[in-house]
Amino acid sequence: MTLAEKILAAHSGKKRVSPGEFISARVDLVMANDITAPIAIMEFERLGIKAVFDPQRVVMVTDHNVPAKDILAAEQAKLLRDFARQQGLVYLDCGKFGIEHVVLPEQGLVLPGDVVVGADSHTCTYGALGAFATGMGSTDIACAMATGEIWMKVPPTIKFVYHGRAKKWVTAKDLILYTIGDIGVDGARYAVMEFCGEAIAELSMDGRFTMANMAIEAGAKVGLFRTDEKTVEYVKSRARRPYQVYEPDEDSQYSKVIEYDVSLIEPQVAFPHLPSNTKGISEVGEVKIDQAVIGSCTNGRLEDLRLAAEVLKGRKVHPDVRCLIIPGSQEVYLQALREGLVEAFIQAGATVTMPTCGPCGGFHMGVLAPGERCIATTNRNFVGRMGSPKSEVYLANPAIAAASAILGQIGGPEEVVDKK
Amino acid sequence: MKLRGKVHKYGANVDTDVIIPGVYLTLTEPAELAEHCMEGIDSEFAQKVEKGDIIVAGTNFGCGSSREHAPIAIKASGISCVIAKSFARIFFRNAINIGLPLLECPQAAEESETGDTLEVELETGEIRNITRDRLFQAEPYPDFMLELISAGGLIEHTKRILEARRSG
Repeated sequence: MTLAEKILAAHSGKKRVSPGEFISARVDLVMANDITAPIAIMEFERLGIKAVFDPQRVVMVTDHNVPAKDILAAEQAKLLRDFARQQGLVYLDCGKFGIEHVVLPEQGLVLPGDVVVGADSHTCTYGALGAFATGMGSTDIACAMATGEIWMKVPPTIKFVYHGRAKKWVTAKDLILYTIGDIGVDGARYAVMEFCGEAIAELSMDGRFTMANMAIEAGAKVGLFRTDEKTVEYVKSRARRPYQVYEPDEDSQYSKVIEYDVSLIEPQVAFPHLPSNTKGISEVGEVKIDQAVIGSCTNGRLEDLRLAAEVLKGRKVHPDVRCLIIPGSQEVYLQALREGLVEAFIQAGATVTMPTCGPCGGFHMGVLAPGERCIATTNRNFVGRMGSPKSEVYLANPAIAAASAILGQIGGPEEVVDKK
Repeated sequence: MKLRGKVHKYGANVDTDVIIPGVYLTLTEPAELAEHCMEGIDSEFAQKVEKGDIIVAGTNFGCGSSREHAPIAIKASGISCVIAKSFARIFFRNAINIGLPLLECPQAAEESETGDTLEVELETGEIRNITRDRLFQAEPYPDFMLELISAGGLIEHTKRILEARRSG
């Protein structure tokens, strides 16, 4: 069995599971946020039961429209907060925590070998820990909150092997953008993406979260990494409960094996309006920008901010560009402050905001006008994703976004770093 | 159950951000969500859609976010079912859970155009294009999904599970 099949078999009380089989799996954690929880709570109340299956395994996070951008957003956050208090759930409020997919691993709430379902498509981020984690809608989450179980069709696994050593400025974001560019936005539809190879072993946990986060952009159910010493080191001081590590069998059946030599990959930019619409940075040409966003559940971790600071420190954001830097959590923010990154950003003319999903989904704090262009380290560049349907979003890694903020047009860090 | 309506046709990878843009996710009333349905891809959709109409699309319909607001908006707009070459997995679950019928049928999607009239027999998966006098057969649902649909959606199905647990 593959890693995914091993985890699902263990959670459904079966010796073996095979792709295509329908199972009911026990969940280790259920999550919802301020835009998906309100519908989940309404549906939960229709079930006619009083309490969730286990309050310590249900997490509510406010991160999308908070601090409340308007009265409706305030009502949604209040609904979630009241439900969490009444049920005694794990409640992570804005100002104390941050973006769900940065915070849940940080707080040790998701662990290797878990089955996690969340009412947010980027729940697949936790695959970085070796957890079978997947996004679902509010009704599925309501039922999982009630029963502690979820129905699933066992997905096939596609194995992605990354060989070689990445060049400077080529990050986990570039590996996943390159992969999506290669297989397309439905290239792994309904499947598990399992990431391995020596270039994957080299990645930090922050990088692995970035890659797993975007598995959904290829249509995948989860982007899975094997648990190694880096994973164990990451969860050691964070885990709040025991966990179990699963390994794929030697004779695992993969529906496909795809291999890449990462030494041939250059930093990637996904052009509007699909994450698969990628080009190498050398092929971008002249693309002027109005805004740069560095942050999100994809690239809002410490390593990302360090990379952005490496480019921005001692330089100035272009006069025609607004540069927004959004630490993914209060923990990341505090560490960035201690390391002097926040000061470097502010002196460069960037603004540093509280952790939020705000601009990424066109919710608030950085919404685009018609005709505006934004380079973002986020995960989606669909029509209207960050505001007007006539605006454009280009996806890239934090070093490219930072360099572009300085240049006023999309460009690579070597264009600014070597020309101080 | 027989459905009948006019086609609104779209291409591949219709994502949930164009079905219902992020700025409207503070809404939960189906009728309010319906006012903005498909706004990112077809700004006149809410005005021109009529009860019973059918959305026809290419591959990977509903890709992107997990927002259940997307199938809720489509259903509340009066759309009776969505026919596509393929569906994104979260959207597929959400639609089944809230009772918006989906049919996977590449041929029907290929050979139907905006304005055509379709008749759909949900139980058999037969799709008839009245305008072009063509008959298509959609992919059948797996048994488990049929059970879920016949229970009246996921909430009713889950109520049965909870009831069975209570009675041991």
